[in-house]
Amino acid sequence: MAACGGPGNPRAAAGPSTVLAYIIRRLFAVVVMLLVITLVTFGIFFLIPKWVGVDPATYFIGKQADPASLEGIRKKMGLDDPILVQFGKFLWGLVAGRDYANGTDVTHCSAPCFGYSFRNEQAIWPVLTDRLPVTMQLAAGACVIWVVVGVGTGVVSALKRGSALDRTLMTVALAGVSLPIYFTGMIALAVVVYGLGWIDGQYVPFGESASGWFGGMLLPWVTLAFLYAAMYARMTRATMLEIMGEDYIRTARAKGLREPVVIGKHAMRSTMTPVLTILGMDLGALVGGAILTETTFSLPGIGQAAVKAISDKDFPLILGVTLIAAVAVVVANLLVDLLYAVVDPRVRLS
Amino acid sequence: MTSPRSSRRRLAAGTAVVVVALLSTAACGGGGGGKSDGNAKAPGFNAAVNKVANASDKKGGTLKFIGTQDADSWDPQRGYYGFMWDFARYYTRQLVSFTPEPGLASTTLKPDLATGLAKVEDGGKTYTYTLKDGLKWEDGSPLTSKDVKYGIERIWAQDVISGGPIYLQQVLDPKGEYKGPYKDTSADKLGLKSIETPDDKTIVFRLPKPNSDFEQMLAMPSGSPVPAAKDTAAKYGLKPFSSGPYKFQSYTPNKSMVLVRNTNWSASTDDLRKALPDKITVTLTTNADDMDKRLINGDYDLDLNATGVGQAARAEVLGKNKANADNPDTGFIRYAVFPTTVKPMDNIHCRKAVILAADHKSLQTARGGPQAGGAIAPNMLPLGIKGADGKYDPYNVLKDTTGNVEEAKKELKACGQPDGFKTTIAVRNNKPIEIATAESLQESLKKVGITTELDEFDGAQTSGIIGAPKTVKSKGYGIIIMGWGADFPSGQGFLQPLVDSRFILESGNNNFAEIKDKAIDGLFDQALTQTDANAAAEVYKQINQKVSEGAYYLPFTFEKNIIWRSSRLTNVYTADAYNGRYDYASLGVQ
Repeated sequence: MAACGGPGNPRAAAGPSTVLAYIIRRLFAVVVMLLVITLVTFGIFFLIPKWVGVDPATYFIGKQADPASLEGIRKKMGLDDPILVQFGKFLWGLVAGRDYANGTDVTHCSAPCFGYSFRNEQAIWPVLTDRLPVTMQLAAGACVIWVVVGVGTGVVSALKRGSALDRTLMTVALAGVSLPIYFTGMIALAVVVYGLGWIDGQYVPFGESASGWFGGMLLPWVTLAFLYAAMYARMTRATMLEIMGEDYIRTARAKGLREPVVIGKHAMRSTMTPVLTILGMDLGALVGGAILTETTFSLPGIGQAAVKAISDKDFPLILGVTLIAAVAVVVANLLVDLLYAVVDPRVRLS
Repeated sequence: MTSPRSSRRRLAAGTAVVVVALLSTAACGGGGGGKSDGNAKAPGFNAAVNKVANASDKKGGTLKFIGTQDADSWDPQRGYYGFMWDFARYYTRQLVSFTPEPGLASTTLKPDLATGLAKVEDGGKTYTYTLKDGLKWEDGSPLTSKDVKYGIERIWAQDVISGGPIYLQQVLDPKGEYKGPYKDTSADKLGLKSIETPDDKTIVFRLPKPNSDFEQMLAMPSGSPVPAAKDTAAKYGLKPFSSGPYKFQSYTPNKSMVLVRNTNWSASTDDLRKALPDKITVTLTTNADDMDKRLINGDYDLDLNATGVGQAARAEVLGKNKANADNPDTGFIRYAVFPTTVKPMDNIHCRKAVILAADHKSLQTARGGPQAGGAIAPNMLPLGIKGADGKYDPYNVLKDTTGNVEEAKKELKACGQPDGFKTTIAVRNNKPIEIATAESLQESLKKVGITTELDEFDGAQTSGIIGAPKTVKSKGYGIIIMGWGADFPSGQGFLQPLVDSRFILESGNNNFAEIKDKAIDGLFDQALTQTDANAAAEVYKQINQKVSEGAYYLPFTFEKNIIWRSSRLTNVYTADAYNGRYDYASLGVQ
């Protein structure tokens, strides 16, 4: 965790070795955390069904659930092994790869092997890496919009507190927070795509067509950013109002600094700390799958894969998506903690 | 020198120009490929039901499918979804297949890889086919009878390639002596004794006992050839080797698929597939409402799954876009079934009371009404099956559409439950329409004092819950809501798994009522030895009557749905052989 250095030695910067040690400690904690998440998730999908008397193999089977088919699935997926052995094999597969074998039918899953989808006869990792770029494009584009619009709106609102502009902006923000993405998304599609026909609104890989890609991503970006920008605007406004009343802001003004400098250099830095904290978690969670946005706009990302996996009861894929989401959140938080020191000089890494 | 401020302005201006340029080009369709419809005119409502709309032999263009559900597998021996069987003919062929004609005519078999229908000998126990000349795989290698045998043998390997129908296995090797090609110790992996390939062009099937529907079973995709050298076992469905007019260019499960022409397929060997488009694309999505909108907008030509337009788009489709819609029968029956092992449903009078008390009009409405749901079904044999009789209405449900409370009360008295009884209705939790139907039934049964509790079970666990007789009994399911469509269009293909006592299984059972009637079993034996389809139809008619008399089922509707066809689709017609879907192999685009 980042430790706030407090006002005792506000300008002190940590040395390179301290930062390195901090990062190593954090990475170790990350690995432990991911192990725990993996164990819990693995247990949920492969242990609990057994407890309630459900054979996980039946989730992988189609219409013809005869004993030979079920036995083949159990063998290939190793479902007859004790749960700890299954978990051990899963962990080993992550670092060294593994084989899923049923007699002569052997499927190798290269490291990092996140499991094997019996439904699609595919290793999970290629499925995730195929879809991850779409989700990252969605998250990154929307993030740029919501940070610029959200923080900007929050700052303006705070500086114009009580004005008509403030009230208007906060009303819009309240609407943004209140309206679910599947609603705003469907409205956006109905108006911009089906109604006005301004854009095609279907995802096209950037490599195929830059304009098609932009047209496909624009509505998801804006819709997703609308929700987050609203939240960030409200949060930024509240933080900014609090900070503008701080002693050091009064001191800065007393020193005769111009208002843009007081706001831009002093107030904004402190405002950005909580924004950054939330941003890290939000971005991490989005990389794990913007389920509603991807479903509404039919974007072939991680979230869409998660929806299909849940409806198909494709446990290995659900497990893979969960782990990717966990990794993304943990890594994003680590990056944010490291960025604290850059954004706010009062913060020391120790 | 340039000041930082002017640099920022230039950057901002440059960014703005790029965004505007992208927006303007994106507005022109971007990479989406433009609209499918163009200026084509829709031929009218139901124009493709049982007749050909936009007849044309024009080749070229891209046929664009969209769907919300990927196939269970594109492996011909593994796929069991109806749309997969229709679509699979783009890249697989069988010895015999269905006639490319609209409606009921489609259910007649025609030779496909074979030069003719089977030469049947030995009292219906030997079927011999000769393959056509010039048959090739997508790599140009010759397609032989051994490939056909190997493909069919794969059905036996249920431990590796599970999921597909196993009729051929049950008929050719009822004792399960063969263990499948992956455990076959013979050098050529062709150890199944009941299929012989004396030369590369001849294949002989030797059945232990006659089965008049054997050729129907061979017409399923599971009867497709697979070359042993190209068999990738469980992964074969990711890129099946093509014997048909198209081959896989790319496929990403749950995402997309592209088929392109198989240049080694020869039209001169294939009378059944028109192969009109140059390319076939499939886009898989998760937003069903968006899919319907994009179909209406002309971005795509048809719904791969053909499960009918959703409620949100239905009004729009049946309004100003009606000329692009068809309303075919799907060949499915939606029904409630009464497990006879659960009291008091072991008593025929209690079962009859439920049938008579049910409000059939409300049940039809819950299913979506006459157009989206289907016609009220008076019995358990759908009209596309030979032997069906749409007028056979033993419980007068077509007349007393809201039920007959007086008669139901009489039956309750005869059952020894004059004040009604309590039971549980089992319904799949992933089928909202089935839940609505169960609720409708629940309401109508209250009128005669039958109180029910709904148990919404995990739909993905159907075979292990309602398909397991022990579970059905222990959970006290007196009524189960389900639906059924024929695997092949005959009384055997539709009714036998539902009503023959020999089909009761410990798991994966479909005879949910657990009907154990020797007379019904005997009638099936009689039908299967009939070489005349009309004579067999008479027997299936009798079976249907016996099932109705036994009051094991409460049929709701002969299902219909509303499907979309783009205006630019040519040669489009619904085929009973494919559950009222369009015959995909005949489609073209303008």
